[in-house]
Amino acid sequence: MTLVSGWGRFPVVDSDVLRPRSFAAVDEAVMAGSVARGNGRAYGDAAIGAVRTIGMTGFDRVRSFDAATARVRLEAGVLLSDLIDTFGPRGFLPFVVPGTRFVSVGGAIAADVHGKNHHCEGGFGRYVDSILLRTGQGEVIEASREQNSDAFFATIGGMGLTGIILEATLRLRRAETGWIRERVICASDLDAAMRALDAGDSATYSVAWIDCAARGRDLGRSLIYLGEHARRDELADGAAAFPVGKNPGLGVPFDFPSMTLNRYSIRAFNELYYRMGARRAGGSHVVSLYPYFFPLDAIAEWNRIYGRRGFLQHQCVIPEASARAVLADILDRVARRGDASFLAVLKKLGQGDGILSFPLPGYTLALDFPVKGDILNFLDEIDRLVVGAGGRLYLAKDARQARATFEAGYPALSRFNAIRKSLDPACNIRSKLSQRLFDEV
Amino acid sequence: MTSRKIALVLGGSSDIGRAAARAFARAGYDVGLAGRDVTALEPDAADLRARYNVEVGLYKFDVLDTASFDGFVSGLPVLPDVIISIVGLLGVQQNAESDLAHATTIMRSNYEGPSLILGLFAEKFLARGTGTIVGVSSVAGDRGRASNYVYGSAKAGFSAFLSGLRARASRGGVHVVTVKPGFVRTKMTEGMKLIGPLTVEAPVVGDAILNAVENKTDVVYVSGKWRLVMLIMKALPEAVFKKLKF
Ligand SMILES: Cc1cc2nc3c(=O)[nH]c(=O)nc-3n(C[C@H](O)[C@H](O)[C@H](O)COP(=O)(O)OP(=O)(O)OC[C@H]3O[C@@H](n4cnc5c(N)ncnc54)[C@H](O)[C@@H]3O)c2cc1C
Repeated sequence: MTLVSGWGRFPVVDSDVLRPRSFAAVDEAVMAGSVARGNGRAYGDAAIGAVRTIGMTGFDRVRSFDAATARVRLEAGVLLSDLIDTFGPRGFLPFVVPGTRFVSVGGAIAADVHGKNHHCEGGFGRYVDSILLRTGQGEVIEASREQNSDAFFATIGGMGLTGIILEATLRLRRAETGWIRERVICASDLDAAMRALDAGDSATYSVAWIDCAARGRDLGRSLIYLGEHARRDELADGAAAFPVGKNPGLGVPFDFPSMTLNRYSIRAFNELYYRMGARRAGGSHVVSLYPYFFPLDAIAEWNRIYGRRGFLQHQCVIPEASARAVLADILDRVARRGDASFLAVLKKLGQGDGILSFPLPGYTLALDFPVKGDILNFLDEIDRLVVGAGGRLYLAKDARQARATFEAGYPALSRFNAIRKSLDPACNIRSKLSQRLFDEV
Repeated sequence: MTSRKIALVLGGSSDIGRAAARAFARAGYDVGLAGRDVTALEPDAADLRARYNVEVGLYKFDVLDTASFDGFVSGLPVLPDVIISIVGLLGVQQNAESDLAHATTIMRSNYEGPSLILGLFAEKFLARGTGTIVGVSSVAGDRGRASNYVYGSAKAGFSAFLSGLRARASRGGVHVVTVKPGFVRTKMTEGMKLIGPLTVEAPVVGDAILNAVENKTDVVYVSGKWRLVMLIMKALPEAVFKKLKF
């Protein structure tokens, strides 16, 4: 057994970890209580097998690529960073990328990850044509919108619980350049931020970074980043059409003492960040896709900043109608507590595609909290607001929500469970997350 | 056939072999992959073609079958520009201490086979007047250690072969690179306790090989830290060294 955890380093639990090298070896590795693991960027316990964790990053081959149709077939362990580095210079990018490029294709499908373009272009799953799935029962099936469509829509956003994704065919975006034309808008409070996001509905990419230390009149003050793919003629003369993506060099070499993060340092950081951003507000400028999409990737292992005990991310989505009041309430409670993240992220989502996909039309707020004190009780309190507003929590970020919160947030759960049961009657595929939230005990 | 340069990788299905093939293909080389099981190499060939739009040839090659070497070299459609030997076998030191067959396999896989095949390529390259030879040896060859001296001694022999070959071949326009990776996270080292800061991923080794070839470097320690570690290890007096648990 090995101690394993997700990106948030909480919880840390025992699971046997295997890294098969062939599909036959996957077959041998799967036993009762197994789940696939991509690159371990889910924060909580989604990618940890109840008994055994099947590491998939060894499956990193591209099977075929057709430039005429912009389709690529690949093994599920290929990282988006690899896909971008390989096909970006050839004029193709993934349609959807999350806030880090170090996620696997399998993980991106299983969480149906959303990017800054969800409000207009949908999630990762929308650009998946088909998948090769090894079910918990041991069958290997090809699933698409037409063929085995139940399995297909249950796997998108299904957190690995329908089986092991072995391969997938993705539709890529044609991109003239690897640069983004960015516009920064300064919003002095939550209303202004929400208005700016609404106004940015027609922008391909939009996201707001909220200063969650700001209180009172400043509550919800933020910087809104809008973005469009830059055309070649928008680049400076002599600029390469595709920028170089540097690998994170400077890591965080040790766990920060939890002292470093306190209400004073967080407030000071936020103040600085807001002012620096405000100076860039106004006109538009062109930035490389790497800092635009993946600002945190510049620092390897930044999760260690939160100290040895790890941290929790709380990401909810609140339906449009009730969003304003509930978000203000949440932000106010967080600001009064004073120990939340450096930065909170607010963005608009559209309709999700998978049966268990997280997105629904509304606003999503993501916050980080170090694991300490009464944080679990505090988050339960926030959850009550979320559930009351008809919202839900993102499973890829979750490590602690109560079963009732989950069940209230995902009304399609019974349909998902029925499909899961038909693919895997013995319920061989199980993760720590599924034990916590799904499985009958 | 295109007019691109060709890099031929012996041991193409290993993690480092795959990484090296990707690095060269990315840089615009056509690639040859050679290994014992050609069918097993096909997905990697497809990967290289799909990613980089290059030509990929597959060849059967068994490093223990030295009798087949002449035929292997003369059977290639064209002589490559770069030949890279990644072949090696870590084996199990404890078993090798009493099992002569196992010890022999380790020695032959890491020294005899790689040296003989690269020696053959060297003759062809010298006759042509150009070419680059890359041998992946190991820091384990810099000093024999209690925990892996059967493997280490074979790598030491291979390193010595490469340095001698380099001295001779450089006069004939042929460059020889010795690569000494330290700990690399691969199939070979899976489950072993590796020292984090001294461990690199296979793609880092692949890139290092490409850089060494393009910059005509002689000896590459993939992680700079290893050069220092081995400098110290080599400098330690035998009386001290034998007491160390390393
Ligand atoms: C800094 C940071 C920023 C992020 N930003 C965003 C964001 O903007 N939007 C967003 O949506 N998410 C975001 N995430 C979350 C991340 O995108 C998801 O957790 C994603 O699933 C991680 O992929 P992974 O390959 O690391 O998968 P893992 O974390 O290893 O696994 C995640 C889930 O996928 C399943 N899975 C993985 N591989 C397979 C497979 N081959 N077959 C079947 N199931 C599989 C696992 O069982 C698990 O349920 C962020 C995470 C980090 C660390």
